[in-house]
Amino acid sequence: MAITYAVLLFLIFYSFQPTLSLYEDQVGLTDWHQQYIGKVKQAVFHTHKTGRKRVVVSTEDNVIATLDLRHGEIFWRHVLGHNDVVDGIDIALGKYVITLSSEGRILRAWNLPDGQMVWESSLHGPKHSKSLLLMTNVIIEKDNVVVIFSNGRLHAVSCIDGEVLWNKDFEAESLEVQKVIQPPGSNFVYVVGFAASSQFEMYQINATNGELLKHESEAFSGRFSGEVSLVSSETLVALDSTGLILLRISFHEGKISIQQTPISDLVEDSPGPAVIIPSSIMGLFTIKINAVTIFIRVIGKGKLEVVEKANHETAVGDALSLSEGQQAFALVQHAGRDIHLTVKLAHDWGGDLLKESIKMDQQRGLVHKVFINNYVRTDGSYGFRALIVMEDHSLLLLQQGTIVWSREDGLASIIDVTTSELPVERAGVSVAKVELNLFEWLKGHMLKLKGTLMLATPEDIAAIQYMRLKSSEKSKMTRDHNGFRKLLIALTRAGKLFALHTGDGRIVWSRLLQSLHKSEACQHPIGLNLSPWQVPHHHALDENPSVLVVGRCGPSSDALGILSFIDSYTGKELSSSRLVHSVAQVIPLPYTDSTEQRLHLLIDADKHAHLYPETPEAISIFRREFSNIYWYSVEDENGIIKGYALKSKCNGNVDDKFCFDARELWSIVLPSESEKIIATVTRKMNEAVHTQAKLIAADQDVMYKYVSRNLLFVATVAPKASGEIGSVTPEESWLVVYLIDTVTGCVLHRMTHHGSQGPVEAVFSENWVVYHYFNLRAHRYEMSVIEIYDQSRADNKDVWKLVVGKHNLTSPISSYSRSEVVTKSQSYFFTHSLKAIAVTSTAKGITSKQLLMGTIGDQVLALDKRFLDPRRSVNPTQAEREEGIIPLTDSLPIIPQSYITHNIRVEGLRGIITVAAKLESTTLVFAHGLDLFFTHFAPSRTYDSLTEDFSCALLLITIVALVAAIFVTWLLSQRKELQDKWR
Amino acid sequence: MAGIARLLLLVLMSTVPLFSSGSRTGFTINGRVKIPHGFGPKGFTLPGRMSNVKVILNGGQNVTFVRPDGYFSFHNIPSGTHLIEVAAMGYFFSPVRVDFSARNPGKVQAALTENRRGLSELVLEPLREEHYYEVREPFSIMSLLKSPMGLMLGFMLVVAVFMPKLVENMDAEEMRRVQEEMRGQGVPSLSGMSPGGARN
Repeated sequence: MAITYAVLLFLIFYSFQPTLSLYEDQVGLTDWHQQYIGKVKQAVFHTHKTGRKRVVVSTEDNVIATLDLRHGEIFWRHVLGHNDVVDGIDIALGKYVITLSSEGRILRAWNLPDGQMVWESSLHGPKHSKSLLLMTNVIIEKDNVVVIFSNGRLHAVSCIDGEVLWNKDFEAESLEVQKVIQPPGSNFVYVVGFAASSQFEMYQINATNGELLKHESEAFSGRFSGEVSLVSSETLVALDSTGLILLRISFHEGKISIQQTPISDLVEDSPGPAVIIPSSIMGLFTIKINAVTIFIRVIGKGKLEVVEKANHETAVGDALSLSEGQQAFALVQHAGRDIHLTVKLAHDWGGDLLKESIKMDQQRGLVHKVFINNYVRTDGSYGFRALIVMEDHSLLLLQQGTIVWSREDGLASIIDVTTSELPVERAGVSVAKVELNLFEWLKGHMLKLKGTLMLATPEDIAAIQYMRLKSSEKSKMTRDHNGFRKLLIALTRAGKLFALHTGDGRIVWSRLLQSLHKSEACQHPIGLNLSPWQVPHHHALDENPSVLVVGRCGPSSDALGILSFIDSYTGKELSSSRLVHSVAQVIPLPYTDSTEQRLHLLIDADKHAHLYPETPEAISIFRREFSNIYWYSVEDENGIIKGYALKSKCNGNVDDKFCFDARELWSIVLPSESEKIIATVTRKMNEAVHTQAKLIAADQDVMYKYVSRNLLFVATVAPKASGEIGSVTPEESWLVVYLIDTVTGCVLHRMTHHGSQGPVEAVFSENWVVYHYFNLRAHRYEMSVIEIYDQSRADNKDVWKLVVGKHNLTSPISSYSRSEVVTKSQSYFFTHSLKAIAVTSTAKGITSKQLLMGTIGDQVLALDKRFLDPRRSVNPTQAEREEGIIPLTDSLPIIPQSYITHNIRVEGLRGIITVAAKLESTTLVFAHGLDLFFTHFAPSRTYDSLTEDFSCALLLITIVALVAAIFVTWLLSQRKELQDKWR
Repeated sequence: MAGIARLLLLVLMSTVPLFSSGSRTGFTINGRVKIPHGFGPKGFTLPGRMSNVKVILNGGQNVTFVRPDGYFSFHNIPSGTHLIEVAAMGYFFSPVRVDFSARNPGKVQAALTENRRGLSELVLEPLREEHYYEVREPFSIMSLLKSPMGLMLGFMLVVAVFMPKLVENMDAEEMRRVQEEMRGQGVPSLSGMSPGGARN
């Protein structure tokens, strides 16, 4: 008896071991990691010193990074907080990167070589304003000074330690400072701006002590508008509010003069108001009238002259100072498939320093930004390298007419992801080029065996590692037996689709969607949703699968929708359409037509349902299921949840057969003074549930999981507590969670957590929901689990009934049937903040589940669902222990080995996606944010396949040895028998 | 260096009301992240290690970075109870609860939420080091024996050694009977070992 106990204890103990863990040499076998920075806003080159040439960039995703100019790799990178938007960057003293962020409130200096933060200072001011960063060459007590204008105050900050040397307020209520200028060689700065939009103000400030030297102002009869361009250190160009008159404002030696020039005088057929493109090129500025870019030169005493009108899409870079007071600037123009990069001198339009034509991938779209940097060639002339930012957010370095490197930084802003199977491998079509021959195979296994027996030399180990990582098997372009090889199709914010191979993360194809391209009719197109459209397996195997991209023409929910259908294998846009209605919700229906196209229901802002594809067949399928289609909407600002069903064809337009009216079935109105919806979660559509029954070993009982697809989890908080942590006291905050049936609107469960608040991250799977929130009383994060069981089936445990057949197990679960559910729940403390939460999903749903949690440190932690089991108790009985119930603890354990991202950070983590592989034990996990991370994950170890380090050779050798031993013993026994007979 | 670090341990945590114009009042939280030298078996701190440390206030409301000496600060923080988390690869830090009372400016309390230990000064040290990888056990005879192949060999050995012993312990009479039987069957041949033979 004691022995069985010991064995049991051992087994239980053994099962507590982290189910997933990785050896260091297994990194990169099944996982890959890609680092991105986002769309570059500003770039500063650092190429003066010998040594590594680099470029410092800031991006729209609040990233500051330095990149290697040779290969485009990241030297270091920092991701600032989501509200810490970078306003400006520069390099100081040749060794610090200075960044101004958070609307000009935070100034930081980073060490250029390694990215260590050197100092940080906080700047405050009386009012909100534009934030400007100006690196000066003024020196105060051996300190280089950086001048910052932010929040209505001018600060001079030491570059060495970030100390504020002086500051000066610009209190005037209506003053809008536009520029801070330091004329070359002087030790004062000009602060210029508009007051009440009709007065130009100029302040001359001594840069060494902040003393006001001069203040002049000049009234203007019209009103100023928008941006300004600097054409010399004492001359500005602005536009009036009509956009028809150019204003040249000179403040030379404190005398302000405003000269007006109507644009129609310069451009004969000016079709409309102009927009100024802010720049600071000596003697030259750019305006844009509709799509035409016009370059205008300022000559001598206020004369303006148009030098060029460009009809093509043009991007203009900022000025770069060459030696002897010369300035150069770059412009990039599109001409068909090519782009023309031109570097011109500011004062001499005709003389091009550089003119190059580069073939550009059409899938990168237009050039949005260009930054140039010069170097001196061996013959003494200037060479230029240009960093360009494209419409798809990619970053390219051009030098000597070629693309030196490119970065696909569009992948830093993934909106939605779906997967697609790869083509089936057909006989005769071998995709893998290098098939290993038998000798190679044997050699590989011998090496592996050596590795196992610790006989390998360091070179052998390196060879083994190389072999494992570069296995051609994993990056083939065909389907595999285990379902590990798939295409990850990702839609990015720039409106580009990428297909990534799960084996090695390479981009198989990418396509900038023309339908999500900015146009006259559609000013701000955005992608919303990506869903599999056609997944051929039976009838239409010869066709390629396709995906559906749903977008709309603007940020508001009543903007018109866009549909686009894309071939998953080639990335070709099969068709696209502008919809005549808006898109508020996309509902994939569980029906497909004869070509395996999935029926989709698009709900518009007026609650009409539109059916796609628009075919008669789809209508006929839809008619059959007409009464079975329900959906719900959550209006989180009003606190209303509504359920709908289909009513009839649309009344208004008779011709549209695919439009249906909805009828409201139910609505739940939450009291707006006490509850505010902060999170809603449902089950994944395609989740597989293995069994409905849950065996409770302790009392030989069966519980039936309430497995319904129509359950919605809703979390609300007190409106006061919807802000940040620490803004409310525990007494005035509460968190209420609901489980709602979305067909009937019946609230199955409601629970209040007093003294708790959001943010809530939740995941719903099978019959349970796990959510994460903040407990203000304990001041810790908490995670709770709710499990929901069907009580109406509980009387099926009588065996006799089962035998006689008087059970209701075969009756389908219906939302209409009287729901007798019981819920169990439990809460635990959890250490970290969460950014995302997901659950593993496997092909058949047999494998036990693990929760995948994206922590605040941008790691993904796996936690066994058994830790979140409401049946945990402090002292589980023997039977419960056998069942695998873990003794209750107040907090959930964090086991470092179960970080599936091991020592990698998925910076800016936003979402975790799990996809079932064909192999039951394995889930494919894709985490995205700024970085991408992919790995295979086996929640209960790979029980259905041999592990990677299984040695075939050792097995063969053992078998051979056994056979040999048998043979030898047989011989020996024969001989012995013979001897016996002789005796 | 270690000595300096120890000297710097005495860190004050100051709360300075920055401005009280209008309704906005801001405090500054100053603190220090300290990763002790020689923590764990490897022994660092490598230079540049501190550059990967992030300090996060209230689950992402503010994010700041630490200076080379480990100091960090959050500016313009309203009074109330806040949570500070440290994200550093390879270390487990407990979140810290920081209370600023609005009525009594300057009064600050800080406590680790994991073990409810109060902090007299805001010096954040890792509770433990985190190792993300399993350590490969060095080659040993035991691990080889535990493998299925090892078990097979072991079983064979056991049979080869102990079976004759069992036979020895047998009755002389029974022994003879068994031997008779075996003679009747003849000597086992290798053909009987083939899978086809085994199926018969």
